[in-house]
Amino acid sequence: MIEFAEASKLALNLILSLDADILEIVILSLKVSIFALAIACIIGFSLGSLLASNKFYGRGVILIIINSLMALPPVVVGLVVYMALSKSGPLGWLNILYTPSAMIVAQSIIITPIVLALSRQVIEDIHNEYYDFFKSLNLTKFQIVKSLIWDARYSLITVSLAGFGRGIAEVGAVIIVGGNINHFTRVMTTSIALETSMGNLPFALALGIILLLISLSVNALVMALNLTSKKYAFG
Amino acid sequence: MHSDKIKEIFSDLELKPGNSFLPLKTENLSYFIDEKEIISDLNINIFSDEITIIMGPNGAGKSIFLKLLNGIIKPTSGKILWNKKKDFSFVLGRQALVFQKPILLRRSVVANLDFIHNLTNIKDKYDQDQLLKIVDLLNKKNQPARLLSFGEQQRLSLIRALLFRPSLLMLDEPTANLDPASTKIIEDIIVSLKEFGIKIIFVTHNILQAKRLAGEVVFFDKGKLVEHKNAKEFFTNPSSKQVSKYLDGIL
Repeated sequence: MIEFAEASKLALNLILSLDADILEIVILSLKVSIFALAIACIIGFSLGSLLASNKFYGRGVILIIINSLMALPPVVVGLVVYMALSKSGPLGWLNILYTPSAMIVAQSIIITPIVLALSRQVIEDIHNEYYDFFKSLNLTKFQIVKSLIWDARYSLITVSLAGFGRGIAEVGAVIIVGGNINHFTRVMTTSIALETSMGNLPFALALGIILLLISLSVNALVMALNLTSKKYAFG
Repeated sequence: MHSDKIKEIFSDLELKPGNSFLPLKTENLSYFIDEKEIISDLNINIFSDEITIIMGPNGAGKSIFLKLLNGIIKPTSGKILWNKKKDFSFVLGRQALVFQKPILLRRSVVANLDFIHNLTNIKDKYDQDQLLKIVDLLNKKNQPARLLSFGEQQRLSLIRALLFRPSLLMLDEPTANLDPASTKIIEDIIVSLKEFGIKIIFVTHNILQAKRLAGEVVFFDKGKLVEHKNAKEFFTNPSSKQVSKYLDGIL
């Protein structure tokens, strides 16, 4: 086996030389996760604010289900999406199995409960704080949701970054529904798994380093946002 | 700030006098929380355009009464009549409530004002600087509202309520825990508003403050109306034991 130091050196060379294959994989990974995140945010923020600002029968049960879905096993999601998108499945007519679209669907399903559950909590805290004030103004539901999302914006960005982190690092679901097809559905995590099994450690390590850097950047951004929101007392 | 100047600013805001929905009358008004009676069979008739002070010991139902008038909560039974009309929409948008604990949006001072101004659908710009000058907050215009001191937050809440252009302004212990300077600013504004014709309903525990401001006093105890008199008579000749005890600091 190639030595660790040698593999690291080759990996760094691949990164610094902006290797075309690596770049292609990184760009596809980012595209898939950003699209999945966008879908998760649209669903998560709107449902989250509605759940946060409304009390109704059965709400507790819904919250328990959503919180449980945060820990959805990705391989199970991958299996279910695979079955749904297969030719014989109910969504087979979409013809998107083994395409980036299928990967986006799978990642969205994994990320949405996280964004929904966390944004619901964040927005509910603000809603409880504003409740009497909004009630005294006789605001419409739309005005309430709009104001709550705006005032929770710093925390919601943090929530979405948490969702992004989960999506980009995910491997089980995307490998099942994407198929890890070279130059088409190969993303960072699936490539790392494949290249490691093939013994191409420098390539796998290069992708691993980039994945770590992305994760570090996301965390640094979260911290910066938290500090900003505290500084301005918005959070 | 000179009261004439304050009134000039109110005039710019096009505040309208509040006598159009007086008398404010409640008929057998009750409010329960889980079987517990908070307001009990309340019959009250407020017809004076003087400042109405609401007093009473803790748990008397004063804050709940304001919330009922404001529409934040609905009565369990009974009704509220605004100039003989039951229709709440008659006063909706013409009344504002300042809470005991300021509820400010997680935005800047000026954004808190803009939020209310934009809700009113009044196209004309208002003079933010003049308004902030009344409450001595002009130099904190762009600061996050939640970083202000408690007194500053309460002053901001008060002028923010004015942007709703209320004819009736209700205040729930707005000067509790404030320093004398902040209290004076708020009292000056309230007196100017009253002179401008805005109907004020003000909850306070502070007997000296009530003596300074009150035109009439409503006294509650355990959710029931005990006395409703003009201020002079209330303080010099109370007719109930509860009020006498309260004024003596026993209740």
